[in-house]
Amino acid sequence: MRPEDWLTQLLEIVAALAAAPLFLGWVNQCRAWLQNRRAPSVWLPYRNIRKLFHKDAVIAQNASRFFRLAPYIVFGTMALAAAIIPSMGTRLPLVVSADAIALVGLFATARVFMSLAAMDIGTAFGTLGARREMMVGFLAEPALLMVIFVASLLSASTALPAITEHLATQTLGLDPALAFTAVAFTLVLLAENARIPVDNPSTHLELTMIHEAMLLEYSARHLALMEWSAALKLFNYACIGFALFIPWGVATGHIGPLGLIVAIPTLALKLLLAGGGLALIETLSAKLRVMRAPEFLASAFLFAVLGLLVHVMLGGRG
Amino acid sequence: MISASPLTGCAALLAAWAFIGLAGLLRPSSVRFAGRTLFPLGAVVGLALAGLAGWSLLAGGTEQLVLPLGLPDLPFHLRLDPLSSFFLLLLAASSAGVSVFAGGYFRQGEGTAPGLLCLQYHLFLASMGWVMLADDAYGFMVAWEAMALSSYFLVTTQHRIPEIRRAGFIYLLMAHLGAIAILLSFGVLQGGSWQFTFDAMRAAHLSPAWAAAAFLLALVGFGVKAGLVPLHIWLPEAHPAAPSPVSALMSGVMLKTAVYGLLRVTLDLLGHPAWWWGLVPLILGLFTAFYGVVFAAVQTDMKRLLAYSSIENIGIVFTGLGLSVIFLGAGMQAVAALALLATLYHCLNHAFMKSLLFLGTGSVLHATGERNLGRLGGLIHRMPWVAWLTLVGALAIAGLPPLNGFVSEWLLLQSFLFADRVPHEFVNLLIPMGMALVALCAALAGYVMVKFFGVIFLGQPREATLAHAHDCGPLERLGLAWLALGCLLLGLLPLQVVAALSAVTRQLVGTAVPQAASQWWLLAPVPGRSVSYGPLVFLAATVGIVALTVLAVRLTYHQRVRRAAAWDCGFGLLTPRMQDTAEGFGQPIRNIFQSFFQIERELPAPSDRAPRYRIAIADRFWSAVYEPLGRSVQRMANAVAFLQQGRISVYLLYSFVTLVVLLALALLA
Repeated sequence: MRPEDWLTQLLEIVAALAAAPLFLGWVNQCRAWLQNRRAPSVWLPYRNIRKLFHKDAVIAQNASRFFRLAPYIVFGTMALAAAIIPSMGTRLPLVVSADAIALVGLFATARVFMSLAAMDIGTAFGTLGARREMMVGFLAEPALLMVIFVASLLSASTALPAITEHLATQTLGLDPALAFTAVAFTLVLLAENARIPVDNPSTHLELTMIHEAMLLEYSARHLALMEWSAALKLFNYACIGFALFIPWGVATGHIGPLGLIVAIPTLALKLLLAGGGLALIETLSAKLRVMRAPEFLASAFLFAVLGLLVHVMLGGRG
Repeated sequence: MISASPLTGCAALLAAWAFIGLAGLLRPSSVRFAGRTLFPLGAVVGLALAGLAGWSLLAGGTEQLVLPLGLPDLPFHLRLDPLSSFFLLLLAASSAGVSVFAGGYFRQGEGTAPGLLCLQYHLFLASMGWVMLADDAYGFMVAWEAMALSSYFLVTTQHRIPEIRRAGFIYLLMAHLGAIAILLSFGVLQGGSWQFTFDAMRAAHLSPAWAAAAFLLALVGFGVKAGLVPLHIWLPEAHPAAPSPVSALMSGVMLKTAVYGLLRVTLDLLGHPAWWWGLVPLILGLFTAFYGVVFAAVQTDMKRLLAYSSIENIGIVFTGLGLSVIFLGAGMQAVAALALLATLYHCLNHAFMKSLLFLGTGSVLHATGERNLGRLGGLIHRMPWVAWLTLVGALAIAGLPPLNGFVSEWLLLQSFLFADRVPHEFVNLLIPMGMALVALCAALAGYVMVKFFGVIFLGQPREATLAHAHDCGPLERLGLAWLALGCLLLGLLPLQVVAALSAVTRQLVGTAVPQAASQWWLLAPVPGRSVSYGPLVFLAATVGIVALTVLAVRLTYHQRVRRAAAWDCGFGLLTPRMQDTAEGFGQPIRNIFQSFFQIERELPAPSDRAPRYRIAIADRFWSAVYEPLGRSVQRMANAVAFLQQGRISVYLLYSFVTLVVLLALALLA
């Protein structure tokens, strides 16, 4: 690995950390436009995080160390996840140590720590949120894994950059297996990021909430980290989607200044479009009852497995 | 004749275990003598055995020995080869932690006297070791039975409780059904030579049909011991009934003796499996894994939850085993070795993580006297050692990187993914489905572990008595820490483990998993594809980023923290009973997989003065298979009961008639 590869690696993490709140702000703005509301500033998530960092932390009396440790772990796993998703270049030194299965493992780690932290205070909301989050997770996680596996089988690798390189250099034309998995991935993205059909990011209505219920006891810097990680997670999922389904524009060789000049605007453009699309889906769909969420996710899982079967039946293995 | 060698060393250490057990009889009622002296001594023997077995595994040689013991014409044959070295290592290394823990665990007044318990415990260990060393069917069966009997007495330690006696009876019954199947399998394997040494069985040439019969009988026999669905019903009864160190050994090690036995019969004694044999363990394994984890999610007893989780893990092990047999039968040695590697690795991992969790429940049980999850909670404050060490096991079994559970699941998924086309279309379609099920089970295991850890250790104490809970003693801490360290090291140094296992895969499928990368910290088991995993770098990156975040936050901003009451929505009456109980936490799973369970609900009516909500979840296999089976056995017994007259003259008449008939037959022949 050459030093500029490490530079790319660093750039990817920093860019993800910096741009994630902006992406969230952009999605919120699009949503407001589509719903005929006055849009908040795209910089609002930054101000929010800054404000939270300056506040005094209030922690419940019986919170254990676990509760205070969890935000850092969740944030750390999300930042590491950003490092191993090829958003700009594919020569990422860290990826040899953590392939896509490890990426799914990272998301699972974040989920488990978040749920356990939510149970730590011992309020009704916390455990309710944890239970629902794990319910969403146990179906979304294998669905995501299956989505990645279809791409792995196409490109004979479980490392995301290798998959991206393979897919980006292919002739244009959608593999039928990938079409199925694209649907599955979209459903997983919505569910995992607490977006509308499954959860509503802008409500604290107890009967429907999942993600917010888990964060109810967090305040100040801990909450800031949790919010930032949520933004990072959305950013990461979007980048996984780009890596699997629209990989063009990512610098595939050793990245140079020229590669960056192409890669950064392409990523920005993709994010702009994805944010708009996400806002559109959220505006067009209604929130499902929590009891219906498993069906939604089961269909995501089945779509992904169907994609896998289609791939096998069409004869392309390995 | 008997010279110093790894095999004699192993045999001597097993004998040492037996002698330590016998020493317990010197002062049978002294907890101090058994706990402070004998159990730690047993752990030391375990460590020595682990060292010896590990050395022999790395050396990779095979050694045989005939002991001048046993029946006159049937001496015991012993053999130490890579397969048995590996399983001895598993037994010895994980039991060392359990033995140390047991030294601090057993107290006065728990049924069986401590000295006797020490005897049973160490005989159990020694017989498990003997199972792995045995090189003839006779010795194997004697060891197998010794293992079943000693563990039966251990399960029924608290024999004054009727449920525990019942659990022990079911265990003994199922163990013997399994033993019969194994015995029959050996009967087929000798192939007409009437030589019951394993060497003779290796040399015997069986027709494909008989070979398949031997395989299926072995699968049933060992499947009972392993807890393969539908033969699993003894497991959720016996594991919770036993004292926690015994549950840890049974779940962590004894289930693996069944895996050992099946591997020995299928890949060593039979040698050339047909590809379709693998389908049976594959499909049964997938079903077992799914069934186990779904049931684990709805349990309310913490040890029963772990028992069902063991069923899940055994399912994953059998899935890997089946996959390996399919690939081997189809002539794809390289992938077969990968699948076998995943199987063995998972066995080793499970021995550490499940023992750790069972011991953790033991400490909780001692501190609180409570096994019901619905009456625990908040123990992380009272029992920090147990809580944090158990957390390691819980995260490992949930398959989270960089701990050990992730590595074996990663290897298994890789062997699913990069199987080249098997020349059977049906299998080609089955493999992706199997992969999906394994992924689903892994995710559900995360659910189960969040429930397990969260309900026991986090939140507020659900009962007032929990305020007096105390952390465990130094010996118990040492045992837990040893197992947690094992989970961590097995996760962080996969390459070293894989290298040690290469001797076993070479012995069983003829090839080892190659190392495609040149770095010592990078696991890259599939040559020609960019597939790799480096847990040390992974851990370093995670720790680095987390540490940087902590540092950045601390340096940039203030660190003021204020403690306040939890937010109660202005309701003002937040009580610990408002937390999810174990039933509550399992509710989504209960609803989603409703058809799996036999649910009995008792709902309160609106007019009830004292509303009662009760829900009981039963295993469908009891009512669908075992109860009808039991009834028909009872009917058959009743039908022949008229023979039993209870008068000695009648029995003498029976003997006489039998003798006459036999004489007549002999004369005619």
